[in-house]
Amino acid sequence: MRRGIDISGNLDWVTVLIYLGLLLLGWLNIYAAVYDETVSQSIFDLSLNSGRQLLFILACVVIIMGIIIIDMRFYEAFAYIAFAVILVMLLLVPFIGKEVGGNKAWLGIGPFGGQPSEFAKFITALAVAKFIGTVGFRMDNIRNQFLLFAMISLPMFLILLQKDTGTALVFTAFIFVFFREGMSPFLMVVGICAAAIFILTLLVPNQLYLHGGIVVVLALLIMLGKKKFKRITVLAIGALIVMGVIESVDYVITDILKPHQQNRIKALINPDADPLGYGWNVTQSKIAIGSGGPFGKGFLKGTQTKFDFVPEQSTDFIFCTIGEEHGWLGSLVVIVLFVALLLRVIFIAERQKSRFARAYGYGVVSIFFFHFAINIGMTIGLFPVIGIPLPFFSYGGSALWGFTILLFILLKLDAHRGQVLQRL
Amino acid sequence: MNEGRKEIFQILFVLTGLVFLVKLFFIQVLDTRYAEMADSNAIMREVEYPFRGLIYDRNGKLIVYNTPEFDINVINKEIEDLDSAKFCEAFQISRQELRNRFKEMKARKEYSPYKPTVFIDRLSNIDFAKVQDRLDEFSGFYVQARTTRSYTSPALANALGYVSEISKRKLEGDETGIYKQGDYIGQSGIELFYEEQLRGKRGVKFKLRNVRGIEKGAFKDGAYDTLSVPGEDLVSSIDIELQEYAELLMKGKSGSVVAIEPSSGEILTLVSGPSYDPNLLTGRNYSSNFVLISNDTNKPLFNRPLMAQYRPGSIFKIAQAMTALQEGVITPDTRIRCDRSIIGCHGDHSNEDLRGAIANSCNPYFHGTLRRMLNKGVSSDPYEDTRIGLAEWNEHIMSFGFGGTLGIDLPNEKTGLIPDPAYYDRAYDNRPWKFSNIYSLAIGEGENLVVPIQMANFAAIVANRGYYYTPHLIKAIGDSGKPLPQYQEKQYTSIDPQHFEIAVDAMQRVVESGTGQYRAKLKDIIVCGKTGTVQNDPLPDHSVFIAFAPKDNPKIAVSVYVENAGQGARAAASIASLVIEKYLIGQTNRPYIEDYVLTGHFLY
Repeated sequence: MRRGIDISGNLDWVTVLIYLGLLLLGWLNIYAAVYDETVSQSIFDLSLNSGRQLLFILACVVIIMGIIIIDMRFYEAFAYIAFAVILVMLLLVPFIGKEVGGNKAWLGIGPFGGQPSEFAKFITALAVAKFIGTVGFRMDNIRNQFLLFAMISLPMFLILLQKDTGTALVFTAFIFVFFREGMSPFLMVVGICAAAIFILTLLVPNQLYLHGGIVVVLALLIMLGKKKFKRITVLAIGALIVMGVIESVDYVITDILKPHQQNRIKALINPDADPLGYGWNVTQSKIAIGSGGPFGKGFLKGTQTKFDFVPEQSTDFIFCTIGEEHGWLGSLVVIVLFVALLLRVIFIAERQKSRFARAYGYGVVSIFFFHFAINIGMTIGLFPVIGIPLPFFSYGGSALWGFTILLFILLKLDAHRGQVLQRL
Repeated sequence: MNEGRKEIFQILFVLTGLVFLVKLFFIQVLDTRYAEMADSNAIMREVEYPFRGLIYDRNGKLIVYNTPEFDINVINKEIEDLDSAKFCEAFQISRQELRNRFKEMKARKEYSPYKPTVFIDRLSNIDFAKVQDRLDEFSGFYVQARTTRSYTSPALANALGYVSEISKRKLEGDETGIYKQGDYIGQSGIELFYEEQLRGKRGVKFKLRNVRGIEKGAFKDGAYDTLSVPGEDLVSSIDIELQEYAELLMKGKSGSVVAIEPSSGEILTLVSGPSYDPNLLTGRNYSSNFVLISNDTNKPLFNRPLMAQYRPGSIFKIAQAMTALQEGVITPDTRIRCDRSIIGCHGDHSNEDLRGAIANSCNPYFHGTLRRMLNKGVSSDPYEDTRIGLAEWNEHIMSFGFGGTLGIDLPNEKTGLIPDPAYYDRAYDNRPWKFSNIYSLAIGEGENLVVPIQMANFAAIVANRGYYYTPHLIKAIGDSGKPLPQYQEKQYTSIDPQHFEIAVDAMQRVVESGTGQYRAKLKDIIVCGKTGTVQNDPLPDHSVFIAFAPKDNPKIAVSVYVENAGQGARAAASIASLVIEKYLIGQTNRPYIEDYVLTGHFLY
């Protein structure tokens, strides 16, 4: 019980304040997104998303208290068991889950229901952190790297089976953790290059230009450097691989991706090509945000989000409401809050004495960053439409609880950092 | 070993935030297009179409009115499980047609699955009533009401004109910004000429709507809304009963009937034969009917009273006589021998005075008159002398309203042709010409061209003894009760009024004892008229007659053209007299004449 009393002194109140700020703004925005002037319901009305979201928020208080009361060692100790349980649940979802909003990701027990995939995030973060925190763990060990990738691939694969591509992609964010914990930057560099080539392939209409460009670069590299046989061979093979990637990107896009996924990528490159068809979401989202101007139309005064021009306006596209009603200034506040949260979490992670806690901290920040970047990026047309929520803003209990647990386990660990034996 | 990696993350996060803020700054602050797009998204400009003005005849009978018609629009995204069999049955279309309509709709440039698109257009009241109650069975289908023109009478088509959707070209040329795509606009006739008065002003309501187009209240509480103003009603000078009767008489014939009230210039009847039923060019079958009508070899869309140009024929002799009297080259008592060596003649007369020459339509008399007119000996050079004479002649003839547009309130009026010296210079390629080259002007043949409405106006001038009001079809606009100002001004000819008494006497004699005595004479009403037989080689001559009645205080002046129907004394004189009889008495007392007109075959 003693621990429970002094926890308030050790809790990182800066993070808690940012958390509360985001929660409050999120709640008001959900009300704005679903507000209908002709009906004029109260923000507390339980038939509205905002009323229900308030219940979810109140539940968060209980969850947070629970997290704080539980012994800190519990999280590391039970990480693998929880991981195993969640994997089983994810496995079961396609068979016994309910279909909600096109994705079969909902698991219900009586009146209670939730999306296991939302909870898989923090549990995977714990498991990954525990593995990295193992005594004698070395990141440059190939076997360890393989196991880590396996750990994030398993939930990813199971979530993909639920056809929830967005949530599955979130797990790639763990590569940040691996990088922080010592993985060679080579993989990151290769990843970034692959992404660049991918985007170039989409942007350049004729792949012949790309191939030509690669040949030119190859020729320059050969001419400028040492003309050794081995080096030239390596370069040539590299160039061939890149060309192969370009061809396969085209193949993936046209032959493997489903039409609605193809369209999302097409919409990103040129949303104006079919603004009423596949470009609808992005176009309408940009119209809503762009029409906000510098100061916005005012709380509850938005027309685009309220009148359903923007799809999913209280979940995935909630940022449109902020952009429309509060303008650039409101967007600035939200973005600054998010960046502040990310920086604060890094600060917290870095001050941890245990490798487990630090790795977990990075897991937290990676997941938040991925959601923040992809979600806002998609609403303003910088990323393809990937259906993932904006933490604390998007309507939905599972996501809110998932993010809250994710964050407060870190704060719990952080509050007790002084009690941890230095193992770094 | 992992030094600096923390900083990479910090930089990445801050950079991402900055990229977002810059991008947001671009779309929110710098680019104003999004605000406009948002308005066009959420603010529905609901147009309240004004009622087009109604048109009445001179006796207050409604001729043109509005009836509702309905477009069925569809929002493709809202269609749920369309039961095509049910739909086809309700709308009475085949499955093939249904498929074609969807295909055609999706191919349209402005098509969007999220917005209402016209699926079936211009359903009539009756057709709509059949589907109205069943429409809610088909989700995604909506009704848009507007009005179209309807006509109480099958007559007067060419004068009324028609209304149809504004063409793309016209829309692009429209600088007033009044018209929008899909608007109806007068395309010809009165509908075109009085478009400005008839169209009214559209009202606009700005309403908020959601993505499905469902209303969510007024925008800014209706601060920008305006009410529609209906178009002005027009009272036509047409007597629709007389018009219908004249059209009946012209049935199966090609030509025109024009009747004018001389004291006001109001057109009582304006028949173009053959004609069409104006109701064919409204509603759903507009397009197919328009193609049929415009491809008809009898040219029913050709408005003959205004657009057909004929040589004036013998009737022109009256104008010649007036001109010669005004110039003093003859007197009413001047006799000219009927010398048929230069120019032929008809009937047995030999040495008539002016009245007799008009009544007998003596060609040599007017040949001689025109020679005196053109060769007055002002110049010793016969060529120069003719030039001077022709210029004077031209001025007089033009003052009757010949050789130029009268300015009637219908579009596409033709001018006809009254030659002047410059015309013959061009025709003779600047080689010299003199009276002997151009004498056929004297009897209304040669280069002269007139339009039927000008001939009716000419009859009105003689009836008025020297002046006219520009003929017009609309005698009152809206509440003003007055026609356009240009129709309220007397136009004087250059001939002194007393000379016209000669013409009136002569025209009375034509009907009483001359060429018009058999078919144009009426009991109790003194009709003054003149026959014309217009040469039309190699086809048969046109039958022409002008008349006015009664002689004193005339109420009606008429010109009748029946193409290829031979002598003016036959078809044209009969029709003209029947029109006069109908207008002045209300019916004809000469069923044999009516029968003659209705059963005779005059269409070449």
